[in-house]
Amino acid sequence: MKEDIIPQVKEKLGNKILDFFEKNKRRYYIEVDKKDIVECAKILFDDLGFRFQTAAGVDCEQNFEILYHFSYDKTGQIVSLRVKLNKEKPEIESLTKVFKAAEWIEREMWELLGINFIGHPNLKHLLLSDDWPEGNFPLREK
Amino acid sequence: MSENKRKIIPIGPYHPLQEEPEFFKLYVDGETVVDIEIEIGYNHRGIEQISTTKHYDQITFSVERICGICSTSHPFAYVNAVEDLLGIDVPLRAKYIRSIIGELERLHSHLLWLGLAGHFIGYNTVWMWSWKYRESVCDILEVITGNRQHYSMFKIGGVRKDIPKDLIPQVEKMCDELIPALDMFKGAIMDDPVIHARLKGVGVLTKEDAISFCVVGPTARASGINIDVRKDEPYAAYGLVEFNVPVLENGDVFDKTVIRVLEMYESIKIIKQCLEALKKEPEGNIEVKVDFIPKGEGIGRHEAPRGEVFHYIRSDGSNRPVRHKIRAPSYMNVTSNKVAAVGQSISDAAITLAAVDPCYCCTERTVVVDIENKKVVYTWNDLIKLSQQKTEKIKKSL
Repeated sequence: MKEDIIPQVKEKLGNKILDFFEKNKRRYYIEVDKKDIVECAKILFDDLGFRFQTAAGVDCEQNFEILYHFSYDKTGQIVSLRVKLNKEKPEIESLTKVFKAAEWIEREMWELLGINFIGHPNLKHLLLSDDWPEGNFPLREK
Repeated sequence: MSENKRKIIPIGPYHPLQEEPEFFKLYVDGETVVDIEIEIGYNHRGIEQISTTKHYDQITFSVERICGICSTSHPFAYVNAVEDLLGIDVPLRAKYIRSIIGELERLHSHLLWLGLAGHFIGYNTVWMWSWKYRESVCDILEVITGNRQHYSMFKIGGVRKDIPKDLIPQVEKMCDELIPALDMFKGAIMDDPVIHARLKGVGVLTKEDAISFCVVGPTARASGINIDVRKDEPYAAYGLVEFNVPVLENGDVFDKTVIRVLEMYESIKIIKQCLEALKKEPEGNIEVKVDFIPKGEGIGRHEAPRGEVFHYIRSDGSNRPVRHKIRAPSYMNVTSNKVAAVGQSISDAAITLAAVDPCYCCTERTVVVDIENKKVVYTWNDLIKLSQQKTEKIKKSL
């Protein structure tokens, strides 16, 4: 059995962890505050050698959720960082300065869910056409 | 050179055949690509949204239609995600059948790529031969599943169709006949000084860039990153069979080509071991019954021919998911062209953009427009001609 990375994740993230959920030995969901997201991503990506897979924006009843999925390929474990954003002004720091792979997915969440990514270098339409009506977000629940 | 005097080569975006339309704007200075802008979204069908209006069993069919070439990758990752949510294991026989379908798909997809790559650099014989051998793989898929594409083999809890005993020799025969063909392709690439001169050092993606762009599949493995979901998190029958994951270091088009040829040998190895195992397993036991999806979340992945496919599913306990996030491998790989194509000459652009194996058909409609005069300078055919002429030049000089 290859070495389990999760104890290290727990130790490094420390008190930034708001909620820790072990779905099974390969899937972990960790809730963090939105102000800590850049730091948490740096810890996983730079320090521990996780690979960024993708992010999933979800429109829940009370708030927006973003799940940042990271995989640790030596053990095949996936850690999903969950952040909750309020509905009035959904915004969060961009992760593009940590890894370039965040650029497209943040643009996608911006246009489909209307979440603003602070510090994104090129926040414009990715999937939708440039003349898409402003303030119309297809993945938001009506 | 001032901004408005730079020439743009638009590659794309539309062609009726294309499966993933992309639009590359190459900014060129003379013959050199100095910048690249990538636009996608021409074929955005909102499948993630459509998933929330279908019940779980229907989604296996709708996600199969995301991609025409790796059509089984998405249902594979999707059923993995739902089974992760459920926490169930599928019967052994279903696992072997799943791996066989996944590897047959890798074979035909890589052969398709190899043929097109050959065409782009002026090796039309490679194109014709490669597609000839691809036919035999597609025929076997039709024999097993009933379809050349969109096999509809996967379902939550197992597979829809068994592979009966009398079909196994046919599949084995196809595998045996493919190996000499692969030897021929391998020899054609490894021993040909023209291909070495044409593809080595072209479109290099360094390991650092590959990590930052989080590329996956053969694109990552050609840059020295040893990742493969089949090994890292064994699913289906991949934990039960022996195979290697080829990894190369240079990150150029040559390595990306060699990786794909070597992977085909491994696919054949996996298929043959799975077929041996199927002979021993009792027929018919191919699914577990699932009639209720509880509240929860699930993540599934599959190593598709182009790299890792990622599916995330969230259920509220009803018969439809509330969120279904899909990430295809090209989503990560195509962005890496921003570094791989810049600094190359135009004659290398076609093969560099093609080396990550996005859909090619999208690049069929290219024109170079001189911004100052609004005059068409090159068409896509001219670009391919340029690429082929460069190969000719190398051939003559050797």
